[in-house]
Amino acid sequence: MANTAAHADDHAHDDHDHKPEGFLDRWLFTTNHKDIGTLYLIFAFTMAVIGAAMSVVIRTELMSPGLQHVQPYFFNQMTTLHALVMIFGAVMPAFVGLANWMIPLQIGAPDMALPRMNNWSFWIMPFAFLMLLGTLFMPGGGPAGGWTMYPPLALQGGASVAFMVFAVHMMGISSIMGAINIIATILNMRAPGVDLLKMPLFTWTWLITAFLLIAVMPVLAGAVTMLLTDKFFGTSFFNAAGGGDPVMFQHIFWFFGHPEVYIMILPAFGIVSEIIPTFSRKPLFGYQAMVYAVASIAFLSFIVWAHHMFTVGMPLGGELFFMYSTMLIAIPTGVKVFNWVSTMWKGSMTFETPMLWAIGFVILFTIGGFSGLMLAIVPADFQYHDTYFVVAHFHYVLVTGAIFSIIAAIYYWWPKWTGRMVNETWGKFHFWWTMVFVNLTFFPQHFLGLAGMPRRIPDYNVAFADWNFISSIGAFGMFLTPFMMIAIFAVSKKSGVKATQRPWEGAHGLEWEVPSPAPHHTFTTPPVIKPGMLAHGDVSH
Amino acid sequence: MSDTTHANPDVYYVPHGTKWPIVGSFGLLFTLGGAALWLNEHPAGEVSMLLGIAIILFMVFGWFGTVIRESVAGAYNKQVDTSFRMGMMWFIFSEVMFFAAFFGALFYARALSVPWIGGEGDGALTNFFLWKGYAPAWPTNGPGSIGGAFETIPAWGVPLLNTLILLTSGVTITIAHHALRAGKRTQLMIFLGLTILLGCTFLYFQAHEYMEAYGQLNLTLGSGVYGSTFFMLTGFHGLHVTLGTVMLIVIWLRCAKGHFDRDHHFGFEAVAWYWHFVDVVWLGLFLFVYVL
Repeated sequence: MANTAAHADDHAHDDHDHKPEGFLDRWLFTTNHKDIGTLYLIFAFTMAVIGAAMSVVIRTELMSPGLQHVQPYFFNQMTTLHALVMIFGAVMPAFVGLANWMIPLQIGAPDMALPRMNNWSFWIMPFAFLMLLGTLFMPGGGPAGGWTMYPPLALQGGASVAFMVFAVHMMGISSIMGAINIIATILNMRAPGVDLLKMPLFTWTWLITAFLLIAVMPVLAGAVTMLLTDKFFGTSFFNAAGGGDPVMFQHIFWFFGHPEVYIMILPAFGIVSEIIPTFSRKPLFGYQAMVYAVASIAFLSFIVWAHHMFTVGMPLGGELFFMYSTMLIAIPTGVKVFNWVSTMWKGSMTFETPMLWAIGFVILFTIGGFSGLMLAIVPADFQYHDTYFVVAHFHYVLVTGAIFSIIAAIYYWWPKWTGRMVNETWGKFHFWWTMVFVNLTFFPQHFLGLAGMPRRIPDYNVAFADWNFISSIGAFGMFLTPFMMIAIFAVSKKSGVKATQRPWEGAHGLEWEVPSPAPHHTFTTPPVIKPGMLAHGDVSH
Repeated sequence: MSDTTHANPDVYYVPHGTKWPIVGSFGLLFTLGGAALWLNEHPAGEVSMLLGIAIILFMVFGWFGTVIRESVAGAYNKQVDTSFRMGMMWFIFSEVMFFAAFFGALFYARALSVPWIGGEGDGALTNFFLWKGYAPAWPTNGPGSIGGAFETIPAWGVPLLNTLILLTSGVTITIAHHALRAGKRTQLMIFLGLTILLGCTFLYFQAHEYMEAYGQLNLTLGSGVYGSTFFMLTGFHGLHVTLGTVMLIVIWLRCAKGHFDRDHHFGFEAVAWYWHFVDVVWLGLFLFVYVL
């Protein structure tokens, strides 16, 4: 097919803005990393709103003791789907969307390494969630055994079990292909001069995240496949009568699950490591240490999984090993937090909206990190396990961690994407509003958990009523934030002040060497790296 | 890739507009959604599944066809070639981790869950109250004798033969690769063909073994944790050998059409890597499932 090759050559000389015409050509058949990144971000946002709506159902029921609004079984479907939607539908696709947009720009590549596969990675996701959310309208409703799908409970669901398993398979295919693409892009597509140890931290964290994805998503696929065969084909993997063990599922699941936790936080570390130096007008403190810290965290993530199941019944040696290995994670994480603080130290700091979210991240994520350290202590965990303390912990690392960083990234790179600035007043209002209500929602959950309130239960002792009421008020306030966000960014897109090529004074890196908005095709031929163009490796600025 | 092709070696080929991924997504939806309906005994399940598989096959033909045409037309430079190589390597790594989950289940059952049910370690009370009288052993279908008494397949018969077949096929595909690099097309066709025949022979023996297991040994997928791990590991491996054999046949046909030259034959190499991967998985299976 000589036509195709000739076509390729045509495009080689196309360095002006050249978007495909027609809606389907632009969005359904696209191979452009920027358009695919946009699709991922829009999808993630939609899922985040759906997941948030589910959390509103949960918090409405929990606003006061007793059963008042929903049936317990529906409540269980909400907690299960809220988690699946937020993890696999919102946080992960949002990070992949940012990776799509920014990695080629940060390393001077013309696109992702495998552009057609990139399209498929995205377009599997809506279908996977169609299957998963479709279960809500089936006889027996959606999955209700918790997002961790522990047997035998998860196997007792109705029609939803098979749909949930296959939806997870599809998400896995999407994630693995996306991760392969990201690794191939980073290792193969860097412009000459962008050495590994000169890459921006966001790209670095994604390289490691992609490795984690390829290593553990297949393990999840295996685990849910065993669930499926146990339910439908008579296998005994998780059936003690046949010599199997339900606890085995927990081990396999968390072998996936713990690296998965870092899949959702390492790119966040990368984003914050981009934003803080920009608004501190200083290079990142301890760049190489940051890279090694991320790599250490990734390594440790493979040997800590059983801290999610200390109370399940494990030999003492296992409990001790997993306790100490978990505590080790505090060391590289501490390196990161101290380096962010050291980057700010004596910097010429300004507090534009992205910086506020990044600082909010550092403070609140650290709270989540400390509660994680508390949970790592075996004898203490026996008390905290399956209480609201755990819920508070992982919402601090995921909402004020991962999601804060995603919002920070959107505020930070939005001018590059659209060529428009965001209204600072409204951006700051969005931040402070979120800051108040997110803490109102989740901080009281620490107290509830320490007082013994179990998670995933729609009713509770009247003793817990006050803090639950406050937490629900916080959740309702939080639910307004996505709509606030739409309004802020819609206004910016329509009538925001035009952005310059380098809208943030202290920003360094290749993404700031292309115009704002970034043309549809960038770096068709590799850029020539001049001194001072990269943020790391040469500190001539 | 050599300079004799039409590609501009400075420009990375970025394709524009592709309909195959969305076709594939519909294929996945119909296949897996149909499978879920079928498992729930919905009448539309099987039709949907078959339709989905047809769509996926259509997608595979179309997508690979496009890539092959572009490759033959010389659209891909050296850097594109490297991307493909990395893609295949990391895909195989993901496959390794998929098998690791099932090997992990096997090791966990053998080393931990079966002994615990039998009262070892902290399992004394579990054994006493729940599974009194169960003595741990391997192979086992558990204290409930799930699936009834069964016999196992001895390692030193057909499985050993299959090991030798797969190892030989690893040699023949390497000879074929050397022949391709030396430009000896006839030798290439013969040894690639031999590899395909060996793959088919392996699959024939494996099918035969399954029939014997189900028909005479009462060893089934439902034979407790032994049957579960045995059939899931060998079954997924067999599926991968089947896929590998299909890939080998495609490569053989492409060679027959004169595709690939001495320096430019990533398609061949990718299939060879994949074939070595299923070979190595089999060695693990032979050792941990059959011998030990």
